[in-house]
Amino acid sequence: MKKFLEGSRAVAEAIRLCKPGVISAYPITPQTHIVEELAQMVANGELKAEFVNVESEHSAASCVLGASATGVRSYTASSSQGILLMGEVLFNIAGMRLPVILTCANRAVSAPINIWNDQQDSVSMRDTGWIQLYVENNQEAVDFHFIAYRLAEDKSILLPVMVCMDGFILTHGIESVDIPEGEKVDKFLPAYQLPYKLDVENPLTLGPLVGPDYYMETRYAIQQTMKDALGVLPKLAKEFKEIFGRDYQDLLVEEYQVKGAKKVIVAMGSVCGTIKEVVDQMRAKGKKIGLLKIMCFRPFPYERVYQALKDVPKVAVLDKALSLGAQAPLAEEIKVACWGKKKAPKIISSFVAGLGGRDITAESIKEIYRRLNQKEVSLDFIDLKPELLKEKYG
Amino acid sequence: MFGPLTSKPGSSQANKTGSWRMGKKPKFLQKNCIACKMCILVCPENCVLGGEKNTYHCDYVYCKGCGLCAEICPKADIMMIEEGEQ
Repeated sequence: MKKFLEGSRAVAEAIRLCKPGVISAYPITPQTHIVEELAQMVANGELKAEFVNVESEHSAASCVLGASATGVRSYTASSSQGILLMGEVLFNIAGMRLPVILTCANRAVSAPINIWNDQQDSVSMRDTGWIQLYVENNQEAVDFHFIAYRLAEDKSILLPVMVCMDGFILTHGIESVDIPEGEKVDKFLPAYQLPYKLDVENPLTLGPLVGPDYYMETRYAIQQTMKDALGVLPKLAKEFKEIFGRDYQDLLVEEYQVKGAKKVIVAMGSVCGTIKEVVDQMRAKGKKIGLLKIMCFRPFPYERVYQALKDVPKVAVLDKALSLGAQAPLAEEIKVACWGKKKAPKIISSFVAGLGGRDITAESIKEIYRRLNQKEVSLDFIDLKPELLKEKYG
Repeated sequence: MFGPLTSKPGSSQANKTGSWRMGKKPKFLQKNCIACKMCILVCPENCVLGGEKNTYHCDYVYCKGCGLCAEICPKADIMMIEEGEQ
């Protein structure tokens, strides 16, 4: 049923339909409304789940780790510093192959403290072993949670999934969203069954100490499973379309006017909506431009990205996060995807925009397309204010 | 694909923790023992064995040389000795 909902509320509705047994979270802006709403649902008896209040994000993540290990579908959400505080446990959840789902309401990372949106928090967690999906709008935010649980709980995958949605822009943005019928969700997402679990009747140790004889194989297995996930996502997209009617292509990337385009921007998250708007305007004027939206950042779909970009002469990559002192994280992946190929874009320029919530306007996007007329840009900031920069501290 | 992730109870016997000893090992003198079993209770490896008075000893394959048995013995009937000594 179509509803006019705040993004956070829409996600909470989606989670209610996923029927988790345990939810544990610690409030942090801009994730708060999601877990506030879920706590309300539990208190009202609309959702039969255990909502565990905890003293920190480290505890919240540990709580859902434990719950998931006993074979219960579990959920948590966080942002920014909260995601960083969870960091140690995020590695553990992935290492123990527990299908926990986490919503990251993307927010900038301190210092200086800033509650507004960029994607530094989740991008910094890219090496944890979590699958990462990035959503463009609130409908995707709803749908990707159903997909996330299916993917995570797939017997061949069993990895946690982080659904990343831009803080405020989506979490606090109100849009018309289709909240599917419960029966449809039940059909798509059957009850949760773990092949192994903590059970007093059948004692088992999860996550024991292993020495050099065993550790490397556990990491190799995750690396291989990540590749397998690239194959599972398109199948889930097809099944999702059959049940819900919405088409997410292969759930790896979305090609928007990429065929025959001379210039393409690669980006992920809500900024793709703005880019589509600019593409439509400029296509109407006869400019051959397009957008490649990355939906799945971990595992990274290198081959799929290469196939989409191989005939595009000029590519710009828009990052909303940094790897300070190195190339921008998404740009790095795009360059790797095209590296060493005979047929590849002539220019792959890298731009960073929107850090700490600075608006990325249609004009910012047009600026990026314009900059593609010049020589390759190794990394530059869009909408930077040079007047705020000085040589001396203070 | 999965690597080794879980272990069943009892598998700790596979880890021969005796190789962790750093120079000292307990010697059960078996002279003033009153069979209070404190050494059995306190051993983190559960590798102290014995029943009657003056029958207690430990399995050096698993003993990590932590010295807790010698520390807790009320009769000072266990002493820590150098690895090479008898």
